[in-house]
Amino acid sequence: MTAPQTTPDTAPAIELKGISKAFGPVQANKDISIRVMPGTIHGIIGENGAGKSTLMSILYGFYKADRGEIFIGGTKTEIPDSQAAISAGIGMVFQHFKLVENFTVLENIVLGAEDSGLLRPSLARARRELKALAEEYELNVDPDAIIEDIGVGMQQRVEILKALYRQADILILDEPTGVLTPAEADHLFRILENLRREGKTIILITHKLREIMEITDTVSVMRRGEMTATVKTAETSPAELAELMVGRKVLLRVNKEPATPGAVILDVKDLHVTDAKGVHRVKGVSFEVRAGEVLGIAGVAGNGQSELLEVLGGYETATGTVTMNGTPIDLTGTKSDGQSRRRRGIAHVPEDRQAEGLIMDYSAWENTAFGYHHDDKYRSGLFMNNAAILSDTTDKMQRFDVRPPDPKLAAKNFSGGNQQKIVLAREIERNPDLLLIGQPTRGVDIGAIEFIHEQIIALRDQGKAILLVSVELEEIMALSDRIAVMFDGRIMGTRDPSQTDERELGLLMAGITDTDHDHSVEEIEDNLAKAGH
Amino acid sequence: MDAMPKWAEVVLVPLISLLLAAILSALVILAIGESPWEALKLMVDGALGSTYGWGYTLYYATNFIFTGLAVAIAFHARMFNIGGEGQAVLGGLGVALVCLFIPFPHWSLALIASACGAALFGAAWAFIPAILQAKRGSHIVITTIMFNFIAAALLNYLLVGALKPAGSMEPATGRFPETTHLPSFQDMFSFGEATLFRGAPANISFFVALAACVALWALIWRTRLGYELRAFGHSESAARYAGISPTKIIVISMLISGGLAGMMAINNVQGEAERLVLNAVEGAGFIGIAVALMGRSHPFGVLLAALLFGFLYQGGAELALWTSIPRELIVVIQALVILFTGALDNMVRMPLENLFLMRRRPPGPDRKSTSAEGAR
Amino acid sequence: MDLITLLQLLDSTLRLATPLLLACLAGLYSERAGIFDIGLEGKMLAAAFLSAGVAYVTGNVWLGLLAGIGASLLLSAIHGLASITFRGNQLISGVAINFLAAGLTVVIAQSWFAQGGRTPQLSGGARFNPVTLPGAEALRDVPVLGPIYYELISGHTIIVYLGLIVVPITAWVLFSTRFGLRLRAVGENPAAVDTAGVSVVGMRFAAVAICGVLCGIAGAYLATALQAGFTKDMSAGRGYIALAALIFAKWRPVYCLWACLLFGFLQAIALRSDLIERVLQFNIQSQLLDALPYILTVVILAGFVGRAVPPRAGGEPYVKER
Repeated sequence: MTAPQTTPDTAPAIELKGISKAFGPVQANKDISIRVMPGTIHGIIGENGAGKSTLMSILYGFYKADRGEIFIGGTKTEIPDSQAAISAGIGMVFQHFKLVENFTVLENIVLGAEDSGLLRPSLARARRELKALAEEYELNVDPDAIIEDIGVGMQQRVEILKALYRQADILILDEPTGVLTPAEADHLFRILENLRREGKTIILITHKLREIMEITDTVSVMRRGEMTATVKTAETSPAELAELMVGRKVLLRVNKEPATPGAVILDVKDLHVTDAKGVHRVKGVSFEVRAGEVLGIAGVAGNGQSELLEVLGGYETATGTVTMNGTPIDLTGTKSDGQSRRRRGIAHVPEDRQAEGLIMDYSAWENTAFGYHHDDKYRSGLFMNNAAILSDTTDKMQRFDVRPPDPKLAAKNFSGGNQQKIVLAREIERNPDLLLIGQPTRGVDIGAIEFIHEQIIALRDQGKAILLVSVELEEIMALSDRIAVMFDGRIMGTRDPSQTDERELGLLMAGITDTDHDHSVEEIEDNLAKAGH
Repeated sequence: MDAMPKWAEVVLVPLISLLLAAILSALVILAIGESPWEALKLMVDGALGSTYGWGYTLYYATNFIFTGLAVAIAFHARMFNIGGEGQAVLGGLGVALVCLFIPFPHWSLALIASACGAALFGAAWAFIPAILQAKRGSHIVITTIMFNFIAAALLNYLLVGALKPAGSMEPATGRFPETTHLPSFQDMFSFGEATLFRGAPANISFFVALAACVALWALIWRTRLGYELRAFGHSESAARYAGISPTKIIVISMLISGGLAGMMAINNVQGEAERLVLNAVEGAGFIGIAVALMGRSHPFGVLLAALLFGFLYQGGAELALWTSIPRELIVVIQALVILFTGALDNMVRMPLENLFLMRRRPPGPDRKSTSAEGAR
Repeated sequence: MDLITLLQLLDSTLRLATPLLLACLAGLYSERAGIFDIGLEGKMLAAAFLSAGVAYVTGNVWLGLLAGIGASLLLSAIHGLASITFRGNQLISGVAINFLAAGLTVVIAQSWFAQGGRTPQLSGGARFNPVTLPGAEALRDVPVLGPIYYELISGHTIIVYLGLIVVPITAWVLFSTRFGLRLRAVGENPAAVDTAGVSVVGMRFAAVAICGVLCGIAGAYLATALQAGFTKDMSAGRGYIALAALIFAKWRPVYCLWACLLFGFLQAIALRSDLIERVLQFNIQSQLLDALPYILTVVILAGFVGRAVPPRAGGEPYVKER
């Protein structure tokens, strides 16, 4: 919608009135109204599952709202599909990019916005426009690169360019910094500021308070499918926003005593991992974890942390040496697997509980035996002892306050926090010597976050070794006794949480070990590009 | 929350699919100028109206139980074994070799040995596609289709060559020795004057098939292997996390699947023909797909569906005998069952789910706790 | 082996490769758009039957061809309904379609012509007849080139030439047009196409429809050009061989041509076992030749000779992300 607005000073770029949307019995959006003024950056903040993405998907024509109206530039607009959203001037950068991996950048940008039946003229025009856009907004990309060969930061720029190429006036970004280093995020924010200067309207969806405070003009808070407040960013504080998000005061710190580390439980030396595609993911990592301490591994997603957990959990092969309680572990995958790891006292709460930690179609009781189904206490002769598993589950659900406490309910019917509690109960209750725990609170509501953090610290205080991997720097800072930062498959440095800060860790996360003075953004980007990030 | 109660899922959906298939079949019969009602009466009479009819119905059902179970177990591990036909062909070869070349004192020993031979050969034929899927990622649907054709060519080659008795013109093995004859229902259920199942091919293999149903049920839902197999079928990534080897599950489930498909041969090769002929399987491997889909991959569902298809096959043969409706009508019904229970499942399911949701909506917001999370 | 025998063999290769090629390209459109189609066999069979039936009744082979395409399109519509609209399992749908065609053709043929599930013999205008290319007779006596032109290049039915032309057309459509870009994209990542404002459902139905048309031509060719009438199960696994050729060709149009010519050649020499014996001095079992396309495909699939990577979204119904 590029038509001149009749009253440019007052007509909001976007106005939503009374939007409601239900998925089956679940009410994802309840009577939501919001006004976004043109030329501003408007943040929408809320916990996972608060309904932010659903709302934006409605605006982009991905879902149809059950009730409510959409006004674009003051005009009531129906958005039945993405085509309508695009022609209304809306562009969207999804959390998971919508790019064709084996197409070039140019082909991806042209897709759906071709000028004619033949490709060649469209591609030529796109190439010219891309150049102009790159200069205007600091959006440099190689038009002939294949998407799967470029890093996530670059892919995100392609998504933004796609929207700009379609002449979007309104740009929606859904959790754009989840996969970026702090430096890349800064670059993104600079791009967004350039866009705002050119009069574009930007909606930034995030669950990170820092980003909201840093870049937005106004912010709307969502909680449980409802819009709880819209305030000017300058007139609010992180604490107030957090309270609005959760509905009560939030304890951002975890209460814990200083650690009393004991003997070395896990010793990793010169670990290398090459994945199935032949990409060298972990490039010589060494560290140790002692009894009674939490070693936190910080880093942007995709820098080798996941592979590290998979190797230690027994379902990825590696080279190097790993010793557990002084005895070496086989890393070739021929003599050991996830089963033997468990027998050696390694428990693992995986990063992705829906794809790994749980079988979503299995009931809670079946999931309680998952990975431990060969245990003697769960068998009777040739068969599984289902009764024993069932009573065990009832017990665990009670102690971990899993709701609803119904062991026969399928895992998919529990909320994220309760699913995580089922996994945690299963792994912690084994009394392991070492707990591997990845993204412990991803997609978990705040109430459950506190509970899970308490459990981790309690386990530490029992003298267990804990290896924590998280992309949430705040969580790493709050829980860890030592922090190692991973970048491009290597550990860039290990720090004591009391003697470091987010700035230093951020530089390490971008691969810069010389943290004593500040670095230019160009330097950081060079570094990232070299690592193929 | 699941949209439908379990009974609807298990009973209602397959029944509606079956009904749709039946209605369309009736239309086909009408279109070619015959009466569906008369056809149904003929089928019921021919398949269930006498012990002779039952003898054929149960004979066909035995084949379909084996091939249906074969497809079902693979489904549980999320594998589509479309190669039951080829595996059954190889199973026939196994039975023929055992029966022709090992002297047996008694049929019971022959049955055990030939069942092993059949399972071994069928499993071996499934092993190559399985290992290629596990180690090389070759799509098992395509490889098993290819192996069906290769099996047919192999059998053809052997039956016009090495296995053909000297002087015979027919592409078939010689007759199996008398000691390998399996007791037919006629042998087992004739008392004094009353001869039941006269001339019908149903034989003791039917009870082996029933035992296979029970064994498979226990395997799937009561053993650790079954637990691992289903877990793998639901989520490969989760299975890997839990230390369940994908290679092991793919290979074992396909070996069981191929073995079951192969075991069909104790019924059709040893029990009925008592020699190995070309095209002994007659498409039973493919019918297994319809049977497994209809039976919702549950061994007892498979049993019921196999009985239904046994009835259709025997009834269809009777139809072809007495009317101008050719036997291929059964292939049409089979196709429609596969279509509705397999491919168009959602077409049947979605309106039903909406119906159940509508019925449940009025009591009000009873499930507040999960609403926030479910919004994602 | 003399030149004429060789030319006859190649001539027969071309004739036998044509239905494979058309079906293979049909599969190419469908699978490039992310819809697996193991129902090529059934669509060919249905088209073969209806084209023969209509050609016999009307005496016009072109009407027969249209009817054949119609039959194939109908089955394509079922496949589309099942795998696109209702997001069902594409493989199962393909299996169902193959059986539907195998059963219905015989049932209807029996009721229509009462000749045991066959159509009567076709002749004259009810068949596609060989086209003699201009100058073929005149050039016939030119050494080497003459026989090549006369025996091998000239004297095929129009469908053979059509099949050969469809190869470059397909390559052009796929890689140089907007439609092709979208088609390939929808088979690789339908979400990208959807968010770009293009209908995934529309693209996939278009691909499935093209697949139906090409399968229809392939089937009609079987019954009205290669043979003179429909017989039960006359597609005889050609749909599966076409599928094998598609994998062999790694989903690329020009490779499809070579793969189908290779498989056609295998079929051609299987028919001339006397030739093999004469040339190679020993007898190859015809069963081995029958099985060879399938064995080769398994070898290719196993990745021992160049890896075949299918379109990434192939076989997966598109569901908007939750």
